[in-house]
Amino acid sequence: MTAFGHDHISVETTATMPQPRTAVRIRVNGVDHDVSAEPDTPLLYVLRNELSLNGPKFGCGLGQCGACTVHVDGTPRRSCVTAVSAVAGKDVVTLEGLGAPDRPHPLQQAFIDEQAAQCGYCINGMIMRAAALLARTARPSRDDILSAMDANLCRCGTHMRIVRAIERAAAAGAAGPAGRER
Amino acid sequence: MSTSPTSTRSRREFLADAGILIVGFTLFPRGARAESLGQAVGQLTAPSADALDSWLVIGRDDAVTVYAGKVELGTGVSTALRQVVAEELDVAPSRIAWVQGDSRLTVDQGRTVGSGSVKRGGAQLRRAAAEARQALLEMASAKLNAPVAELEINDGVVSVTGDASRRLTFGALVGGGRFERSISGRAPLKAPSAYKTVGHPVPRVEIPAKVTGKHTYVHDVRLPGMVHGRVVRPPRADATLQSIDESSVAKLPGVIRVVRKGTFIGVVAEREEQAVRAAKALNAKWGALLLRATADLYARFKSLATTERVVGENGDAASALRSAPRPIRATYRWPFQLHASIGPSCAVADVRGNVATVYSSTQGAHQLVAPIAALLGMPSDSVRVVFTEGSGCYGHNGADDVAGDAALLSQAVGRPVRVQWSREDENAWEPEGPAMLFEMAGAVGADGKISAWTYDAWTPTHGARPTRDPTTLVAGALVAGFVSVGEFFSGGGERNARTTYVLPNERVTSHPVSSFPIRTSSLRGLGSPQNSFANESFMDELAAAAGVDPIQMRRRHLSDARALAVIDAVATRAGWTPRASAPDRAGEASNGVRKGRGFAYVQYDRTEAYVAAVVDVDVRPDTGTVRVRRVRVAHDCGLIVNPDGLRNQIEGNVVQAISRTLKEAVRFDSTRVTSVDWNGYPILRFSEIPDAIDIDLIDQPDQPSVGAGEAATSPIPAAIANAIFDATGARVRQVPFTPDRVREALRASKV
Repeated sequence: MTAFGHDHISVETTATMPQPRTAVRIRVNGVDHDVSAEPDTPLLYVLRNELSLNGPKFGCGLGQCGACTVHVDGTPRRSCVTAVSAVAGKDVVTLEGLGAPDRPHPLQQAFIDEQAAQCGYCINGMIMRAAALLARTARPSRDDILSAMDANLCRCGTHMRIVRAIERAAAAGAAGPAGRER
Repeated sequence: MSTSPTSTRSRREFLADAGILIVGFTLFPRGARAESLGQAVGQLTAPSADALDSWLVIGRDDAVTVYAGKVELGTGVSTALRQVVAEELDVAPSRIAWVQGDSRLTVDQGRTVGSGSVKRGGAQLRRAAAEARQALLEMASAKLNAPVAELEINDGVVSVTGDASRRLTFGALVGGGRFERSISGRAPLKAPSAYKTVGHPVPRVEIPAKVTGKHTYVHDVRLPGMVHGRVVRPPRADATLQSIDESSVAKLPGVIRVVRKGTFIGVVAEREEQAVRAAKALNAKWGALLLRATADLYARFKSLATTERVVGENGDAASALRSAPRPIRATYRWPFQLHASIGPSCAVADVRGNVATVYSSTQGAHQLVAPIAALLGMPSDSVRVVFTEGSGCYGHNGADDVAGDAALLSQAVGRPVRVQWSREDENAWEPEGPAMLFEMAGAVGADGKISAWTYDAWTPTHGARPTRDPTTLVAGALVAGFVSVGEFFSGGGERNARTTYVLPNERVTSHPVSSFPIRTSSLRGLGSPQNSFANESFMDELAAAAGVDPIQMRRRHLSDARALAVIDAVATRAGWTPRASAPDRAGEASNGVRKGRGFAYVQYDRTEAYVAAVVDVDVRPDTGTVRVRRVRVAHDCGLIVNPDGLRNQIEGNVVQAISRTLKEAVRFDSTRVTSVDWNGYPILRFSEIPDAIDIDLIDQPDQPSVGAGEAATSPIPAAIANAIFDATGARVRQVPFTPDRVREALRASKV
């Protein structure tokens, strides 16, 4: 037992009330799914737990780190702070929608070629964000890349390789984003 | 998750052949291999390290499955260790399937810590693979009727040299059977000059799956019938529960149970979002305790340390210091820091009846069995821990603790429970990397060499791993209402306390703060980055005071050829211009930026990797911002197994060290940790990374491999401080080097 102080302070938690679950139709990686969820359920939980798409990762639940990034109508979005109801009728693409180990997207291939991962937990967000960048800007400058990726966090310190992988994909003409959006 | 029948590759004796649960780990280039196996495992304890069959199984289809106690934490060891096995066994690394960190299936190789996986774990696997190779040669000798000396092995095929028609595959020799042989330690090891795989940049086996969303992290484990748990946390582990209104959540959709044991309060719900909502909604009032320790943290350290330990001593430092005409004194400070894994800790536990299985990204699957068993009140042989990779851990983060949470909740509801810590849970409840206080004193003699050197440091424990005492886990602490410090590792804070410089009069003294109200444990490098920050900054201060070039000053106190080689390599690479480093920075800044260059050298843990670094910085005196522009590292960790994996580790160490040095500190208020998100605990962003990190690897094929997972962190903080000094003449002695601190140092330097 450690030496703690003695003065007491009261801390109280706060409550929020749920909304009823409803059916929501969402289109993910080109396939329509009807899911039953409370409308404010984070898209991330629906993708992971209902559709078993493990690409998007829970990192903070606050929209601060980017590990959960998906594309909604081609734009990178933080799925941890995006309500499932907000993507009804929209086109959602996840990391799995870009490519698979036997047919990787050029950006995924560039990450493999550069060995641009350590633990790899942030890499979903890195690739999804970079894919959106390359879709907008086929030949980004290094500053364009740093600026676009600045919102995503990596803790292993793989940044140098991630930048190289994006540069490699851009040089190889990987623009044109993403798997089935292409 | 999927199921599969037992295959010939499996360890037949150990496994029931009923439907077996598979955690679908990594993809292998040639398709799925033998995998980890479910609850119906007959074996209750880890296999013996002495038996060859414990390490390696060869299937009838020639597949090789290795059972490793060391685990993949994101550093690439599962690839490097495959290379080690592949080399001694003469098979392609891609042929090897890997089962890691299973308390029932793999040898206990000790925790995966301290950059020891290749050094220690690799040495064990190397001996096992060599033993298997020898056994296979002897079997083939009998079957092919040829002496062992006339046999050769190529990618899993034994043949008679010069007669390729006389050949047998590994599968034909032993496939599906056991070696029934102990590891003699006498099997011949390959000469490094004959290596074909070790020393080459083999791509990491799991990266294709990681970049396509197919890799199974512990966060991705889903068991049939699994539900979701969250813990409702007090401000601190020793807070008292004043009231709880379970009815406040009982009617929320999906809530299965509110679990209460002491002040451990958890909710279990069918769906993840329901568990999150219920945990937020649960009305609980806590009596929190004031956290007085952090108001004047470093003074508190000094008042709490009641013992001291002389780490190293030479000559008579005290009298040398007294007789020095101009002794130099300096105080350095390092804050509490977080592992700050991008994925907060997560675990899945399945506790039903008298059997518990826990999926965890723990650094020690075997070592987590006892704490979990104690927490659940079960015998250890009823508990199995299965390592499943998590988000990069960098030491003792929340992985063990969340496993305790999941186990308690699963036991309460009798269903598999997944617990995902929130960002706030991780930042506030993971064991923190300890703060440190340093007081240094020294002097340079008339000969331009250091005549006196004293070091005194105060720090809480750098190692507090869970033990059989369940209050060493957060869940157990909440049940009991108090926290216990786990397995105390006294050497942690002293790592690199003593330098490797030859000093005629030195005294290195540690002052352990044995009891402190912040829970601390191992963060990457333990005390080495902090100690090296103090030592290598102070070395620079002594050089500057004596008007001696900083590299020259260090060389004067070193004779180890490998130390001098990394120093010379990095100096050459950087085009280092020797300088009298007395501050003379009257010159105008260019565009408001002053450029500087700093050097530091460390031999990690005094006996391991040699690392020298040159760091170039830009300092803006008006704002106090520091930008690291370029880092050059020369690195010697003995025999290199995977040069690209090594570079990846060095780059990661460097970037993480820049982050820790410039940005990171845990913040507190009067009761709790307040840096509970990425705004409160900022880490380095893309816009702040260096323009380049240049790495010179010095391979030593005839020297044993030592670790590389931590070493390159250690010289970076001091190299940055020394570069800021070179740029501005100001000495920053407290991490992190925030703009405020840098401006303060600039003001102080002008006085």
